[in-house]
Amino acid sequence: MKKKFGLQPRAEQTIVQVFLYFLTSVAVLVLFFILAVILKNGLPQLSLEFLTKNPAHMGREGGIFSTVVATIYLTFIALLVATPLGVGTAIYLTEYTFEGTVTRIIRFGAECLAGIPSIIFGLFGFILFVNKLKFGWSILSGGLTLAFMVLPTIIRTSEEAIKSVPAAYRLVSYSLGSTRWQTVTKVVLPSAAPGIVTGVILSIGRSIGETAAVIFTAGSALHLPSSIFSSARTMSVHFYILAREGISMPKAYGTAAVLVIAILLINIITYYLMGKYISRSSRS
Amino acid sequence: MARPKSGGDRLIRLSLLLIALSAISVLAIITIFIFEQGLPIMAKYGLKNFLLGQDWFPSEKSFGLLPMIVGSLLVTLGALVIGVPLGLASAIFMTEFSNRRLSGFLKPVIELLAGIPSVVYGFLGLMFLVPFIRKNFGGPGLSVLAASIILGIMILPTIISIAIDAIRAVPDSYREGSIALGATRWQTVRMVVLPAARSGLVAGIILGMGRAIGETMAVIMVAGNAADLPGSLLAPVRTLTSNIALEMAYASGEHRQALFATGVILFVIIMILNFLANLAAKKQFRK
Repeated sequence: MKKKFGLQPRAEQTIVQVFLYFLTSVAVLVLFFILAVILKNGLPQLSLEFLTKNPAHMGREGGIFSTVVATIYLTFIALLVATPLGVGTAIYLTEYTFEGTVTRIIRFGAECLAGIPSIIFGLFGFILFVNKLKFGWSILSGGLTLAFMVLPTIIRTSEEAIKSVPAAYRLVSYSLGSTRWQTVTKVVLPSAAPGIVTGVILSIGRSIGETAAVIFTAGSALHLPSSIFSSARTMSVHFYILAREGISMPKAYGTAAVLVIAILLINIITYYLMGKYISRSSRS
Repeated sequence: MARPKSGGDRLIRLSLLLIALSAISVLAIITIFIFEQGLPIMAKYGLKNFLLGQDWFPSEKSFGLLPMIVGSLLVTLGALVIGVPLGLASAIFMTEFSNRRLSGFLKPVIELLAGIPSVVYGFLGLMFLVPFIRKNFGGPGLSVLAASIILGIMILPTIISIAIDAIRAVPDSYREGSIALGATRWQTVRMVVLPAARSGLVAGIILGMGRAIGETMAVIMVAGNAADLPGSLLAPVRTLTSNIALEMAYASGEHRQALFATGVILFVIIMILNFLANLAAKKQFRK
C-alpha cells in the first residue's frame, strides 16, 4: 500500500480528519453567514406594511405587495403547465414503455434542458412569447418560460419517485385484475407522491428565486398586475433592481429577507410533509 | 410479465407519449429559436471574428466575443477551484467521519441553503466581498476573483448534496470488507468508497460547473463587466451570460442579433461540457 507522506495510516487519518473538519466548517459557516446577514439586516425592515403596500418612488418607499402578487402568479402558471407535462413524462418513461431509443432520446432531452442556463430561457421566451406570439412582457410569457425551465426538475424527481415504488406493488395490483392505468393512478402515484411533491416544491423555489429568465419575459413594471397579460415585477427582479441600481439598500435587504424566508419555509414544509407521509405509509 | 390491455389503455399510452415528447420538443424549439436569431449575423461577419475578435463595440459593428468567452471559462474554473475541494471535503466528512446526528442536521440545512436565490449571493458579494478585495488586494474589487468566490460558494450546496448521495449509495459491505482487511477508515474512503462513488461525484461537479457557467445575475453584480480580456485575477471581467443580460434591454437590430449569437456560443459550450461530462461519468461507470 502506498503511504502518503510516509505517515502511519492512523496518523494520516487523524490529519485528514482534522483537515476535512476544517473545510466542512468553512463551507457551513459561509453558508450560515449568508443567511445570518440577510436576516439581520432584512428582518428589521419587515412589517405588515412592507408586505401589504405597493412600492412607491421606484421602490425607494412603500412595500413590496405588487411584487409578491406577481411572484405568486408567475409561479402558479409555471407549475400549472410544468407539473402535468413532467409527471406525465415520468409515468410514460417508467410505466408505459421499455428502455429503448425513445426513452433514451427523451431522457437526453430532459438532461440537456436541465443544463441550459436561465438567461438562454430568457432569450428564448423573449423571442417566442414576447415577440412572435405577441404576449408582450407579461405574466403569461414569464410563467411559460419558467414552466419550460423547471420541466426537467419535475421529470427527474418524479421518475426517481416512481422508480422507487417496489415492483411487488404493481404485481399485486395486476394480479387483482387492474389495468395498467388503474395501477398507475391507484397504486404507483400515491406511493410516489412524496417524491413528486418534492420535485414540485423544488420547482416553486426555483421559480421564486429566478431573475434572468423572468426579467426579459415578464418585464419589470411595478404596478399591481391586473391580468395574465400585464407586465409584472417579481420579488427577485425587484430585489435585483433595488440592489444593482442602488435605489435603496434597506428595502433591498427587506425584499431579500422575504425571498429567503419564503423559500426556506417552502423547503421546511416539504421536509415536514415528507416525514409525515413516510411515517404514515410505513405504519400502515 | 403479462399486462392487461384495452383500447383505453392504448389511448392513454399515446397521450403519455405525446406528453413525454414535450421535453425534447422544448429543447428543439429553444435551439431553433436561438440559432435562428444568432446564426445569420455570425455568418455575415464570420465565425472567426466572433470567436477570436477582442473588440466588442456593437455600435461600430464590431462583435468580438473572445473576452467574454475567456471570462466565462475563467470564472467557472475559479468557482471549481473553490467549490470542489470544500464541497467534496464536506460531503466526505458528513458521510464518513461525523456522527449521525451532526450529519442528519447538516444535510437538510445545506439542502435548504441550495434554495437561496442567486441574486442574493450576488448582492452579498457586492456588499462584503467586493469592498474586502478592494481594500486588501487592490484593484476595483469587482473582479475575476470576486466572481469566482461567489460562484464557488453558490455551487457548494449542489456539489455537497449530490456527493453525499453518491457516497451513501456505496454499499456498506464494501466498507466492511475494507475495514476487515485492516484498512483505516480514511484508507477505506480513499481506496474503496471514493472510487466506487466516482461517477456520482463527477456528476455533482459537472452540475456545479453548469450552474457556474450559466449563472448571470450574481456574476453581473460582482464581476465589473468590462468587455476586455482580464489581465489579472483582480481585473474586472464580463461573462457571456452577463453580456446578454446587460445589453438585452436596449439592444436592437444587429446588436440584438449579436446577443443571440452570444447565446449560441454559450449554448454550444454548455452542450460540449455536458457531453464530455456524460462521457466521463459513463466511462467510469463501465469500469
